[in-house]
Amino acid sequence: MARSAGRSRPPDPAGPAGGVTSEPLVMRRVLIGIALGFLALFLILPLVAVFAEAFRGGLAAYRSAFDDPDARAAIRLTLLVAATAVPLNLVFGVAAAWAVAKFRFRGKSLLVTLIDLPFSVSPVVAGLILVLLFGAQGLLGPWLEARGLRVIFALPGIVLATVFVTFPFIARELIPLMQDQGTTDEEAALTLGASGWSTFLHVTLPNVKWALLYGVLLCNARAMGEFGAVSVVSGRIRGLTNTVPLHVEILYNEYNLVAAFAMASVLAGLALVTLAIKSFLEWRFAGALASASAR
Amino acid sequence: MPGPPGRAADGMAARAWRLKQPSALPGFGPALGYTLIYLTLIVLLPLAALVLRAAGIGWSGFVAIAADPRVAAALRTSFGTAFAAAGVASAFGLLTAWVLTRYRFPGRRLVDAAVDLPFALPTAVAGIALASLYAPNGWIGSLLAPLGIRIAFTPLGIFVALVFVALPFTVRTLQPLIGEIDRELEEAAATLGASRARTVLSVLLPPLLPGLLTGFVLAFARALGEYGSVIFVAGNLPFVSEIAPLLVIIKLEEYDYEGATAVATVMLLAAFAALLVINLLEAYARRRLGFG
Repeated sequence: MARSAGRSRPPDPAGPAGGVTSEPLVMRRVLIGIALGFLALFLILPLVAVFAEAFRGGLAAYRSAFDDPDARAAIRLTLLVAATAVPLNLVFGVAAAWAVAKFRFRGKSLLVTLIDLPFSVSPVVAGLILVLLFGAQGLLGPWLEARGLRVIFALPGIVLATVFVTFPFIARELIPLMQDQGTTDEEAALTLGASGWSTFLHVTLPNVKWALLYGVLLCNARAMGEFGAVSVVSGRIRGLTNTVPLHVEILYNEYNLVAAFAMASVLAGLALVTLAIKSFLEWRFAGALASASAR
Repeated sequence: MPGPPGRAADGMAARAWRLKQPSALPGFGPALGYTLIYLTLIVLLPLAALVLRAAGIGWSGFVAIAADPRVAAALRTSFGTAFAAAGVASAFGLLTAWVLTRYRFPGRRLVDAAVDLPFALPTAVAGIALASLYAPNGWIGSLLAPLGIRIAFTPLGIFVALVFVALPFTVRTLQPLIGEIDRELEEAAATLGASRARTVLSVLLPPLLPGLLTGFVLAFARALGEYGSVIFVAGNLPFVSEIAPLLVIIKLEEYDYEGATAVATVMLLAAFAALLVINLLEAYARRRLGFG
């Protein structure tokens, strides 16, 4: 376990001796040891394994994994899908957060539950409902097909699946924070004669910019890494409808392990950067992110 | 910016009924309207398509599909491993949340950040990493092989992958609740002569129980639907280590839309039940314990 540079700077809430509201020192050490051991085994080791396997054949083998035209096509497709899905969910997240956090209205808790719904739906089920809707035997599929529009086994299906799975992320980051901030800042701006738009742009947005940034990053990481839903709707046509996670699966099943882990290491790096930025924002701007954003 | 939405006019007549309480801020109508339209198009209509399709199967068709031994085995495997993984994730989640909130030690911030890893790491990446670790020739698998323990390509592999994906849900649900515990309660218990163990069991744990259950249900719901990280370590043997989401995909590839729909409906109902339980728990915690 790596050590942080600033050694336990905040004072121990229990005090050095422990006191009546904490466990004896030995007990604390044992509990910390068990927790860290468990996390190292279950969280850190898999991450280390990704990079170890990716570089098993040396740097040259790692680099050559990205020379494959199919790999490049997969990277291009993943970037395209994320560049479409994330802005769509960004606009939705901001609109939903504005309505939910700044106003009191009937059915609000039902709306919040519905926004969270995609979290509870299995990605595979999310893919299935798109097939039932847009597939060759689906409700709208034949009608769209007759007009030359393919959704399943094509880009629109992949984008729709990604949008569904990453649907709540940005709204989830914004709603609790904007609720905490209340409406007084906006009311002051409006009283001083600012228009609705300029109030939003110059008052609300700067207040939530870091949470918005983290929401976008998390949504992006999930969009680029989505596997279950996309694998149902993509058809896995190499070089055409294969995203990076699907390409990882194909390479892995072909026992091309170095290439599979090399592609996986890019996604793992993306996840690490996302988490690093989150930690930085929490450390640098305390309270800039809503706490407990586990969902 | 437009004022209050047209529906507010309906509320005027009834006087008591109002969609929205008065507010000085503009933009409620467009924001709510856009939210509802987007929500309906992306989430509600597709889900309705599934419900419609499931209704077309009929009750007897449903029973016939669910009674199929392979389907029943996959559902049993999925529910069983998700339940076990959520349980283990809850126990270690409680310990991790406690350690991260109550104790100070070097590297605490780093560990805290690492808890979110399963949340940000793509499931397929986690899947191949776990498969390489727990395979008989992997770092962990080779240690366990001499003991006769096989994890990869057995139901144990599913369990390990599900604990990985479920852990952040329990930790992140419990962390704020542990932070909110009033120190004076513990001091009072100690003053009254309770041992530390007694204080933990009788004073600290009871208010954490709703949070522990919420975390468990969240973890269970997530684990039940998990696909990417599982299929690489599970081995996917029918009747042994085949999970329900995989069976949905297999049935879809066989053009068995009814079978896929039926299995998916069972999973969806379980997810809705989980959501309902969480909402009830939160309402209970708010009412009885004053937070939630």
